[in-house]
Amino acid sequence: MISGTQIIQLLQSAVVFGTVIMFGAIGEILTEKSGNLNLGVPGIMYLGGIAGLAASFFYEFNNPDPSPVICLILSFAAAFLASALGGLLYSFLTITLRANQNVTGLTLTIFGSGVANFFGGSLNTMAGGVGQISVATTSGIYRANIYNKVPSLGTAGSLLLSYGFMVYLAIVVAVLMAWFLNRTRTGLNLRAVGENPATADAAGINVTRYKYAATCIGAGISGMGGLYYTMDYIKGTWANDGTIEALGWLAVALVIFATWKSLNAIWGSYLFGLLSWMYFYVPGLTRSSQELFKMLPYLVTILVLIAISLRKKRENQPPASLGLPYFREER
Amino acid sequence: MEHTCAIQLKNITKRFGKVVANDSVDLTINRGEILSLLGENGSGKTTLMNMLAGIYFPDEGEILVNGKPVTIASPKDAFANGIGMIHQHFKLVDVFTAAENIVLGLEEEGKLDLKAAAARITDICQRYGFSIDPNKKVYDMSVSEKQTVEIVKVLYRGADILILDEPTAVLTPQETDRLFDVMRNMKADGKAMVIITHKLHEVMDVSDRVAVLRKGKYIGDVATSETNPQALTDMMVGHAVTLNINRPEPKNPIPRLSVENLTVYDAMGVKRLDNVSFTAMGGEILGIAGIAGSGQKELLEAIAGLQNISAGASIQYRAIGSPEDAPGVQLVGKTPLQIKQAGVSLAFVPEDRLGMGLVGTMGMTGNMLLRSYRKGHSIFTNRKAPRKLAEDVMERLEVVTPNVAFPVRRLSGGNVQKVLVGREIAQEPSVLMTAYAVRGLDINTSYTIYNLLTEQKMQGVAVVYVGEDLDVLLELCDRILVLCGGQVSGVVDARTTTKEEVGLLMTRFKKEGSKDE
Amino acid sequence: MNNKKEPLLRIAKRDLLPWYKAYGIRLAAVLVSLVVSGLFIFAVTKLNPVAVYEAIFDGAFGSPRRSWVTVRDTMMLLCIGIGLAPAFKMKFWNIGAEGQVLVGGIVTAGLMRALGSSLPTPVLLVLMAIVSLLAGALWGIIPATFKAVWNTNETLFTLMMNYVAIQLTSYCVALWENPFGSNTVGIINQKTKAGWFPRVFGLEYGLNILLVLALTVGMFIYLKYSKQGYEISVVGDSERTARYAGINVKKVTIRTMAISGAICGMAGFIAVAGSSHTISTSTAGGRGFTAIIVAWLAQFNTFVMILISLLLVFLQKGAIQIASQFNLNDYASQIITGIILFFILGSEFFINYRVILRGRKEAAK
Repeated sequence: MISGTQIIQLLQSAVVFGTVIMFGAIGEILTEKSGNLNLGVPGIMYLGGIAGLAASFFYEFNNPDPSPVICLILSFAAAFLASALGGLLYSFLTITLRANQNVTGLTLTIFGSGVANFFGGSLNTMAGGVGQISVATTSGIYRANIYNKVPSLGTAGSLLLSYGFMVYLAIVVAVLMAWFLNRTRTGLNLRAVGENPATADAAGINVTRYKYAATCIGAGISGMGGLYYTMDYIKGTWANDGTIEALGWLAVALVIFATWKSLNAIWGSYLFGLLSWMYFYVPGLTRSSQELFKMLPYLVTILVLIAISLRKKRENQPPASLGLPYFREER
Repeated sequence: MEHTCAIQLKNITKRFGKVVANDSVDLTINRGEILSLLGENGSGKTTLMNMLAGIYFPDEGEILVNGKPVTIASPKDAFANGIGMIHQHFKLVDVFTAAENIVLGLEEEGKLDLKAAAARITDICQRYGFSIDPNKKVYDMSVSEKQTVEIVKVLYRGADILILDEPTAVLTPQETDRLFDVMRNMKADGKAMVIITHKLHEVMDVSDRVAVLRKGKYIGDVATSETNPQALTDMMVGHAVTLNINRPEPKNPIPRLSVENLTVYDAMGVKRLDNVSFTAMGGEILGIAGIAGSGQKELLEAIAGLQNISAGASIQYRAIGSPEDAPGVQLVGKTPLQIKQAGVSLAFVPEDRLGMGLVGTMGMTGNMLLRSYRKGHSIFTNRKAPRKLAEDVMERLEVVTPNVAFPVRRLSGGNVQKVLVGREIAQEPSVLMTAYAVRGLDINTSYTIYNLLTEQKMQGVAVVYVGEDLDVLLELCDRILVLCGGQVSGVVDARTTTKEEVGLLMTRFKKEGSKDE
Repeated sequence: MNNKKEPLLRIAKRDLLPWYKAYGIRLAAVLVSLVVSGLFIFAVTKLNPVAVYEAIFDGAFGSPRRSWVTVRDTMMLLCIGIGLAPAFKMKFWNIGAEGQVLVGGIVTAGLMRALGSSLPTPVLLVLMAIVSLLAGALWGIIPATFKAVWNTNETLFTLMMNYVAIQLTSYCVALWENPFGSNTVGIINQKTKAGWFPRVFGLEYGLNILLVLALTVGMFIYLKYSKQGYEISVVGDSERTARYAGINVKKVTIRTMAISGAICGMAGFIAVAGSSHTISTSTAGGRGFTAIIVAWLAQFNTFVMILISLLLVFLQKGAIQIASQFNLNDYASQIITGIILFFILGSEFFINYRVILRGRKEAAK
């Protein structure tokens, strides 16, 4: 049987795992709301992860006494900027140069994973081997949590307060995103761009600017998933094992699962985390059947995809112009 | 009443590739006046107005608003100048409410307050005399409600120059009257109004002044009170039209297509055709009249096997040459392929030529193949015959194209239609159905099409001609069936009936399922 | 308002460019991208880019062995690209090639393990080929059916199917692990070579080349001259036109995806029986995604795909060489691939559109 401790461990793993993909998914929701289907999410998460790691590594490498605040700002800014640049590249190609969205996104994934693993490998070499990268100070800030300092908080504390700040940030971003999309003028305009760009255009909305902004900021948020992964999940190291790519695709899946609503992405991401780690705690599983368990998030997503296409409820559909290009002066 | 000038267009030219859509057009729009912008399809009316709305940017020329030269590079610039356009195809977001659509794109201070917006919307509605529910989702609205949302949207932005692009094309007569009342209220309020249309009676009814475009060129303007439909038509087409379509007497009319109790519901469950029965005879042209969306499209598609037909219907087909008492072929319950395989020779020129009748990316040869590619037992297509046919059609109908492999979507509208009609006639059909066969075509091409249809009629084909221009229907057809709200409201003899009679039949039944108050 | 007469840049659609100009633009894009990649390499490594490009060539064609590996991998990428061509021509976004390759690979490896000692190799090869075709077809038919019947988004569906296949592969790898604890399946039938591709014309990868080139020619003819290929073009252009012409769109969608998936499954068979003789999640190794780009850039022309596949594999092989020669890591190849693809994707714009500068009148034709 599963013990209570194990259940807590499972839930904790689910939250940590879920946070990585939550960032990825929320960024992608913003992007997709503008009508851009960016399949470059894995590449963007790679870019975010490596940029944050590299920035703090060089800072800590060259400073014997690194300041935690600077570590945090540097890694955060580097990750966001690098990811947003990935989004900018995608935007330039698909919006300005009108390249195909799917193909551009996939290329971005190839490019991002190449850049990240190339420099990640170089960092490993510089640091003297795999696992030798030391960003102790930076990683320390990302991993600091209340429960560690006040263990007396008990089970509830360990379940709710044992995580680094990024876990809570993800929830805040998700809530802010829902507020932004549904309650603000800019959010309304953005949704219009993704639903019907010709209409938005006629209403005086600068479709190009909205698409650029949503895609770049969305990419920046997605990149935070990569940052959280390198800094907290694998404790400030680098491994060329393709995990980020798998997580990136899971983030794309989560967007569908959440039916393009960021509040759903909160619990959806934890559920995906739970499904992804459950094999570890289900007794009597062989190593092979564990792998089948890991299939669950994808199967569930497929079921959701089928369900929304069957029910045809208007509010659950993908943005109507998702994946389609928009050019005004065409006839 | 003294009119102040709201907009002046000077020397506006706009090209699309090699096509000149507007050629040095000058136009003045005044406040407190309703201006009709009149012209045939393809005369450049909508393009010209789209440049005021910021959709297109002129290649040459100058736009003055209130006497000052302005640049309108985007719809936003248009709004900033007080210009609002209600497009023919509504620009609304389906999943948004009316209020959300109306405040869309506004740059107001403060947070998004949909309640306050709703109050202002109700206010505007009361002022000009229409009503909408601000919280209704657009996908639940009728066409006329959507149009109202469009108009309120423009007014909400404080536009005082309103452009309406063929606003009545989708409305019932009652809805049209109500719209015209609203327009008169707005005129009284000092707004400048432009209505794009090609319906002369509406021009006479609602406008103060008429400006005419022909083939992209500005022909001139006249005060409505000093003109009449005949003079306007002359301006519109360049010379007086007596259509003079050659109409021989029907030859040995026998039933080719007998439709009984045809009822069709669309995907949303709305009844589109209601118990329609009629017979199309070989050797005659049966015209089908009706306001847009009265079931014309569904009727032709149902016969072609493209609609779900409700139980109890019957469509009997009799081929040319089959004995009169022989049982016909039942088309109900068959797919287009099964209809073809049953030996039925049914030609269909649909309304959406490139989206339904042709393959835009292929050349003429590839499109000729569409009807014949299944021939033969080989797994490969035989391109020799279609290529020959393409060359024949190109020569006989004078299709202007570089070669038979040139993608048809890059051809002009008239040439596209010639390719389509040419292919359909080449099937040697027993029944030929056409939907808006001359829409967007120039006069010469239109006559080419009329002559082709008459030629088919004289060969014993039953020609079904869905049209929108009553003058043409009256002169081309032998009988006219009038549809109204999916029902047959009458069948008249085209030689003896009048335009008024047909017009009356078109509006005889109240449209079922429509959501007007 | 503002005094500016017109926007700085305007974009207008071009008339059809002659093919040689279009390819000229693409070639220019590749050249520019190579320069940019060279600058990148120089910036990172301070190595002479020319020396690096020499090393790339050396890596791809430096020895007969290397040349053969380059050819083998080109055939693999080409095979998947060919599989995707009919789906894309139908405007069906089959992002699921990765998964379709893997299921083809799984069944091949499974049969090879199970029947290697009981069936003669030629019979086994035919059996493996058929079963891998069926497995790939199944992986294509599932999303196609939902698309055809309920209009379920195929891009997202096929994408998810990849990961189902990847986990299925991991499952099989764990199940068939050999030796224990290695987390790999090892080389299957290493001693007996049962179920391995035989040498053809004395060439190690002769059969790979033969099969894939046959598919290249076959698919070209199928798309261009067959009745089914014609139907695919019509559906891809306009579903309503297809219905009007009596084409059963659902049937064509499902049939075409069955073919697309089957050929991708076949690629899995070639990968396992004809090259690696093992199965792992890297049997597809991202080629399913790269092939999407190959198929798209070639605009469904399978002969153009040969060139693009060769270019990409050439770069990959070269980058591995640079990595070992200059002590870098071979992910540099992905970066260079990315840069080149970005440029080619961007260049399509200049084939289809003209940019008009402010103040300049459109040239009279």
